[in-house]
Amino acid sequence: MNIFRAGISRILLTLPILAIVAGLSACSGIEPWVKPYERDRLADPIMLLDADPVSSAYIYHVYEAREGARGGEGTAGGGCGCN
Amino acid sequence: MKPLLKRILTAVALLGVSHAGIAGVLPDDRSDILYHQYVGGGVEIDGPSILVRKSVGRSVSIAANYYVDMVSSASIDVITTASPYTEERTQYSLAADYLRGNTMMSVGFTSSEESDFDSSTYNLSITQDMFGDLTTLTLSYAYGDDTVGRSDDPGFVRDNTRQHYGIGVTQILTRNLISALNFEVITDEGFLNNPYRSVRYLDAGSAVGYSFEPELYPHTRTSNAVGIRAKYYLPYRAALEAQYRFFTDTWDVDGHTASIAYTHPWREFIFTAKYRWHDQTGAHFFRDIFPRFEATNFRGRDKELSPLTSQTLKFSVAYELFSDGMGFLDKGTVNFSFDHLMIDYNEFRDISTGAALGSEPFYHLDANVLQLFVSLWY
Repeated sequence: MNIFRAGISRILLTLPILAIVAGLSACSGIEPWVKPYERDRLADPIMLLDADPVSSAYIYHVYEAREGARGGEGTAGGGCGCN
Repeated sequence: MKPLLKRILTAVALLGVSHAGIAGVLPDDRSDILYHQYVGGGVEIDGPSILVRKSVGRSVSIAANYYVDMVSSASIDVITTASPYTEERTQYSLAADYLRGNTMMSVGFTSSEESDFDSSTYNLSITQDMFGDLTTLTLSYAYGDDTVGRSDDPGFVRDNTRQHYGIGVTQILTRNLISALNFEVITDEGFLNNPYRSVRYLDAGSAVGYSFEPELYPHTRTSNAVGIRAKYYLPYRAALEAQYRFFTDTWDVDGHTASIAYTHPWREFIFTAKYRWHDQTGAHFFRDIFPRFEATNFRGRDKELSPLTSQTLKFSVAYELFSDGMGFLDKGTVNFSFDHLMIDYNEFRDISTGAALGSEPFYHLDANVLQLFVSLWY
């Protein structure tokens, strides 16, 4: 039986949530290794992961309608559900 | 309340009080007026998508979206089992974001309506910046409620519900590299197939050797997807992005998706080229042709659930109209994007060719997707 399908979705969602939340207070002393004055390149518009949400939501809808796979790409909202 | 949802909401509440730090930032105030067009496989769909986003005070941002699909369909399924048709789907969305410190809470509602299908989706998410804003964690939940009908049978009404659970982490790795990891679980329950679609089965009594019967899908589907992406800043001012997603579900569809994109600015222009590849296995109940009438408990012939390989070549260009202000506007861009989509269906045959049973060619789809939009910031 495929263990991934069997129940790992529950593990994947639950354990990381608890681990991250529990570790936050312990990790509050970590200093950011990329200082604010070193983030100029990351602030460049060409470095945005999703520069145009309206456009990316549309093309995501096209792929969801034409292929059997869905999700896992960081889009928010849950879609329209249209068949 | 379902156990998994309860755990997520508990963690969401804990996140809100667990860490204090640098303030987060609301999304930009902007409007986008987009025209989209899909042409391929006998289908033409076009229409507008208009998004308006405005902040209210310093903590709240409101967004509204109006979207229309005007459909003219003579697809392979339609021309082999039905008649070409036109349809219009209208979708409205409303969303609100509330920022407190470095925590953003978002709620949204989407309504989609067409003559034979209505859908309502409610979504909730919380985003937390941490470690000096190097890390962003997002938890999301969405609930959808759909009503499926038939245009030729007013008495046909079926329901289905959807739930989406998602975790996303965005991580700045170096001054040149940003990455993101996303997990998403989606569960569906109810009437999950298209009520108009049929499967075919071998029938010696038919002149063509086969006959049709209605599809019959499982009443549940659970899918898991994990995706990773990274974007790297090249020294001469350009960007390279790579993305991979693995998908698996209880219908036995396993999929791999990978893409690579290159972004290059030049004066007021930003050019992007992208190649995307997707490969999937088929659903366990998919067959191009069944051995007999009601041969299996579940039956489907939706080509999107067949084993397939798709490739996309994308080219887009953004032009900055102004960036130093014009009246109440801060910045404006005009954008054009073109995607050429090529899909090879490995077990779905094109029965519109009239070829003899068993020698019909496997179906291939070419589609062009065009987007033209203006974005304004204020």
